[in-house]
Amino acid sequence: MATVELRFSALPEHVRTARLVAAAVARRAGVDESVLDEVRLAVGEACSRAVGLHQRGDAHGAIRVALIEQEKRFLIEVADEAGDGSVPSPVSGASADPGEDALGLAVITGLVEDVEVTNGGEGGLIRMSWPVSTAPVAV
Amino acid sequence: MDLSLSTRTVGDRTVVEVGGEIDVYTAPKLREQLVELVNDGNYHLVVDMEGVDFLDSTGLGVLVGGLKRVRAHEGSLRLVCNQERILKIFRITGLTKVFPIHNSVDDAVASTD
Repeated sequence: MATVELRFSALPEHVRTARLVAAAVARRAGVDESVLDEVRLAVGEACSRAVGLHQRGDAHGAIRVALIEQEKRFLIEVADEAGDGSVPSPVSGASADPGEDALGLAVITGLVEDVEVTNGGEGGLIRMSWPVSTAPVAV
Repeated sequence: MDLSLSTRTVGDRTVVEVGGEIDVYTAPKLREQLVELVNDGNYHLVVDMEGVDFLDSTGLGVLVGGLKRVRAHEGSLRLVCNQERILKIFRITGLTKVFPIHNSVDDAVASTD
């Protein structure tokens, strides 16, 4: 199972919480201090995108963030329940610019070397990982 | 940490000082502020981002939207930013080519190109 797992309703105000938790767990897992800003930003982008997909598709359900500590990598999965991604965007509500979605993905792929974006029947999944240092972590 | 916004006039420029975090939750406030300024006839904006702790693509989208609005009135939108972690986001999205980015408010206010 995940080291830490979050589930939150698809509202913009919870994205910050996800960023803070992800950065805290990543730090503890041994992700280098210089990379924590990237982790924070990438998780924020993935969650913002998920919130946007839910809102544009008028989808219920939640966003799941799994923070998984492995021996050599720190893995983050952000899953939405906004459907298969084929929902047309009526462009209303929080995100007025459909370009923001593409911009968010551009930021993630620009930042994170190991990233995978997939889409299933229930929703999308973004998987990202970062190396962890093998040295013991000072708390 | 929330978003803080304050505006002041320097010559023919309007300086918007932004502090805190610009993300999917707070970006609409910045969007409202920029729209309001343009609607009130302020077409030369300087957005001072020195107090910004966090910026994501939603914030970038709002800044691009602001730029479109001022350009419709032959205006300008300049950014002030020295923070490497914020500049990095402009670089990876190619937006350093879109926005003039200055080291200081004085420098941004003095620029006319």
